[in-house]
Amino acid sequence: MLRFVVRRLLLLVPVLVGLSVLLFAWLRALPGDPARALLGDKATPEAIARLNAQYGFDQPLIVQFFTYVGQLAQGNFGASARTGEPVLQTFLDRFPATVELALVALLFAIVVGVPLGYFAAKRAGGVLDLFAVGSSLLGVVIPVFVLAYLLKIVFAIGLPGLEFLAILPSSGRQDVRMFATHITDFYILDGLMTREFDAAWDAFKHLILPGLALGSIPLASITRMTRASVLEVLNEDYIRTANAKGLSQTLITWRHVMKNAMLPVITTIGLLTGQLLSGAVLTESVFAFNGIGSYLFEAISTLDYAVLQGFILFIAIVFALVNLIVDLLYGVFDPRMRVQ
Amino acid sequence: MTQLPQDAAGVTPTERPPALAAAMAGGVETDEGGTSLWTAALKRLVRNPSAIVGAVIVAAFLIVALLAPVLAPYRPSTTEWANQVTPSRLPAFSPQHPLGLDPFGSDLLTQLIYGARQSLIIGVVSTVLGLLGGALLGILAGAFGGWVDTLVMRLVDILLSIPSLLLAVSVAAIVGRRPESLMIAIAAAQVPVFARLLRGSMLKQRGQDYVLAATSLGLRRRSVVMGHVFPNSLGPVIVQATLILATAIIEVAALSYLGMGSPDPTVAEWGRMLVKAQERLESYPHLTILPGLCIAVTALGFTLLGEALREALDPKTRK
Amino acid sequence: MTTTYPGVDEASPGSRTPLLSVRDLRVTFGRRGQTGFRAVDGVSFDISPGEVIGLVGESGSGKSVTSMAIMGLLPTRGVRVEGEALYDGRNLLDLSQRELCRVRGSQLAMVFQDPMSSLNPVVTVGTQVTEVLHAHQKLSRADAKAEAIDLLRRCGIPDPGRRFGEYPHQLSGGMRQRALIATALACKPKLLICDEPTTALDVTIQAQVLELLAELVSSLGTAMVMITHDLGVVAGLCDRVNVMYAGRIVEQAPRRELFAHPRHRYTEGLLNSIPRLDGDRDEPLHPIPGTPRDTIGWEKACAFAPRCRHATDECLRPDLELRQLAPHHDVRCVHPAGAASSGATGGASAAGRSPEPPKERS
Repeated sequence: MLRFVVRRLLLLVPVLVGLSVLLFAWLRALPGDPARALLGDKATPEAIARLNAQYGFDQPLIVQFFTYVGQLAQGNFGASARTGEPVLQTFLDRFPATVELALVALLFAIVVGVPLGYFAAKRAGGVLDLFAVGSSLLGVVIPVFVLAYLLKIVFAIGLPGLEFLAILPSSGRQDVRMFATHITDFYILDGLMTREFDAAWDAFKHLILPGLALGSIPLASITRMTRASVLEVLNEDYIRTANAKGLSQTLITWRHVMKNAMLPVITTIGLLTGQLLSGAVLTESVFAFNGIGSYLFEAISTLDYAVLQGFILFIAIVFALVNLIVDLLYGVFDPRMRVQ
Repeated sequence: MTQLPQDAAGVTPTERPPALAAAMAGGVETDEGGTSLWTAALKRLVRNPSAIVGAVIVAAFLIVALLAPVLAPYRPSTTEWANQVTPSRLPAFSPQHPLGLDPFGSDLLTQLIYGARQSLIIGVVSTVLGLLGGALLGILAGAFGGWVDTLVMRLVDILLSIPSLLLAVSVAAIVGRRPESLMIAIAAAQVPVFARLLRGSMLKQRGQDYVLAATSLGLRRRSVVMGHVFPNSLGPVIVQATLILATAIIEVAALSYLGMGSPDPTVAEWGRMLVKAQERLESYPHLTILPGLCIAVTALGFTLLGEALREALDPKTRK
Repeated sequence: MTTTYPGVDEASPGSRTPLLSVRDLRVTFGRRGQTGFRAVDGVSFDISPGEVIGLVGESGSGKSVTSMAIMGLLPTRGVRVEGEALYDGRNLLDLSQRELCRVRGSQLAMVFQDPMSSLNPVVTVGTQVTEVLHAHQKLSRADAKAEAIDLLRRCGIPDPGRRFGEYPHQLSGGMRQRALIATALACKPKLLICDEPTTALDVTIQAQVLELLAELVSSLGTAMVMITHDLGVVAGLCDRVNVMYAGRIVEQAPRRELFAHPRHRYTEGLLNSIPRLDGDRDEPLHPIPGTPRDTIGWEKACAFAPRCRHATDECLRPDLELRQLAPHHDVRCVHPAGAASSGATGGASAAGRSPEPPKERS
């Protein structure tokens, strides 16, 4: 088990090397010289000269590359051209917010999507199936920022005549008047830990709308995956065996159908990380939610390449780690995959 | 197998008593007229209602996109009615402008119709580019194998671990704000998807028994690949391409929202129209809703068609 | 469909109250409003307590569907099941899901063809045995485990204590089939249906599993329906044999009688297509021509006629009846073998090639 984890972590090394090569090539391919690209248009000549010296952008290409990788290895990912904040620190500061949002979105998607997919498969071709397939398609075809905007207008700002629906906050992570204590920067967790339950509740209310909007992406995938997977498992011989044994439907559903049908769904959830983070960029910006998504949104709009480069690297690492966890989970649920 | 005597080889219809033969002619199922993979898939497709809905939407979309100059009442992106538009007020619907004007003083109906054309161009070009890029990488990996394969697939893995939106944005940053940068950006995000799909599909086919059978029959390697492996690998690719057309149309909207779209604000492009209209959502909801509906319905059409194709081509669903 | 013949019933093997009595079972696949495909078309047979009967036929003859219908394992949608399957005074086909659950696993049990796919891959073998015990008997966990380990041992699984905690993929095919037999017999059912239990196994294992089944069934007094396409399995195991073709029983006879005097041309063909070790090496094999798909609906003619060498226009009789040609021997054929039937064009040339020479009728 431990050896498996260590081996998988070691496999991360070539990924990181490859990614740094790509990012370096990307920096060099950007229009204009890289120092200006990293520092932005308003950079002073002195700052550009300093960066050139630090990264060795005046050296031959190969030296530049190693200097660049060396800087990355030391944890120096540069600073935002827009705000001057160090990239790594910003990422770490804002990451918990996005994790919290992504978890709420994922939780919503699982809690709704798995039963919906299950019942859709159980009565394939029925009304519920049609509804499940239809609504999961809507999650795919409506751009997430449009959905976010609609939710915000209806449930936070209020439509004329429907103001009573607008009961949720429209932006931010927590009401500033809460003066909540923050320990982990997971606001709900903080509120529970410090027994400031009103702060936790307020943080949760701020998560509902962005969570629903962002959750529409995994909801569609999870519903469809569950449906397909349950349909396949229901046709398996061992379900027939279980029925022939006279087991109760509850037992068959949980022990025989779901235990098998959830396996591909778990894999899907791991692969959804990338889509969730893409979606977070759009959702967070609509709700002015201070996570890495809204920061990336600003960085993209202002062509803040230092931030973009650093965040891409971090996100790739997060993706790899999430999928490592998913693979380990898979081993827990599927004895055939268990590492000997 | 021992050789079969004449009478055991099969009772031919001529040997059958005449009435029996006649009865059989009407009611006997035979194996004759073996259907190919594609005709069988087509038959299943026609029986699937969601495939029909998808196909109708896609057909309507194609007609509107291709015949835009004929269907649209005016030329696109003309700001000739800009004088009727003020920042706070748009003129009401009129016979001349059944859907009114957009905030830049162009006819909204015309903009929407030409938007279909734009979506089609962006969708098709980016899908073809992505497919070409993916095919290049996939075939490179598949053909050379060994360390080239490892290297290429590692690269693909890395690219897949970057959220597609960020990948598109990064590429758009290199290309700069040009009209074609959207297509290149969206294509770039699809390259690793297609590469993995093609390689996986070809590897899977290569290991199949029928390929082994064809090889053991002495067919040349090239004819095995071209005659068997390639056509059978094609199914998933066509499915993916259909689905990616849907994704591309939505991604354009997302990239427009991120400010990556065309520098010309009056261009007839649904994603851009949607984003530009959002600030007026409360006063003029139709400016958001109409392009949004166009995006959603078109994406729905391609998704339905793609999913139905996948089902039709999937051997597991064959009955 | 089964006709009773006065004066014969007393001596028939099924003279005691039958354990299970299947009457005119019909199974039709197809959506509502469509004509559909009738997989089982009026099948009737009885099985007495402790009796072993065979249900023989090619794939597609409806033998598996028959067993699934009796067990209530067919999907509820897209399938219509008609007729009766009387067990213990109740029609199994009318039972509610709840009542079915109580009968299945405890009174009626089933062993399936493919042990590789018939066990749940993510649940331990032990749990898959104990869950039947828990479903039908009040047992503590420890008792159920002890009982399950004992069952596994009796089914010939070595080191059952260790196997109890293992997953199906850690067992060989033969071991898995033994585990499935253990689950099926866990509650000492009155009737065991075996659907081609040895087809997916290695030839060397097949005989062992059949022997195990025969032994367990006779020691528990369980009746068994053996579904197979392999006449060899029937020959060693069954008291009576039903031969099915295109959804109907075409011949019913005690085992000896059937092998000695096959009357239906299909049964005859099946027996003739078995290569014989003691036969002339140069003698060609005698396969039945065509495939089961070359068929006519029973409502028009004998479904076997298109493949039958003895077919005449007389075979175009709709809904042929089962005829009793000898005591306990019913045949659905216009030109049965071994009889100077009228107008038989091909003659009875094949009759002399039956594997066993004609003997005294049992």
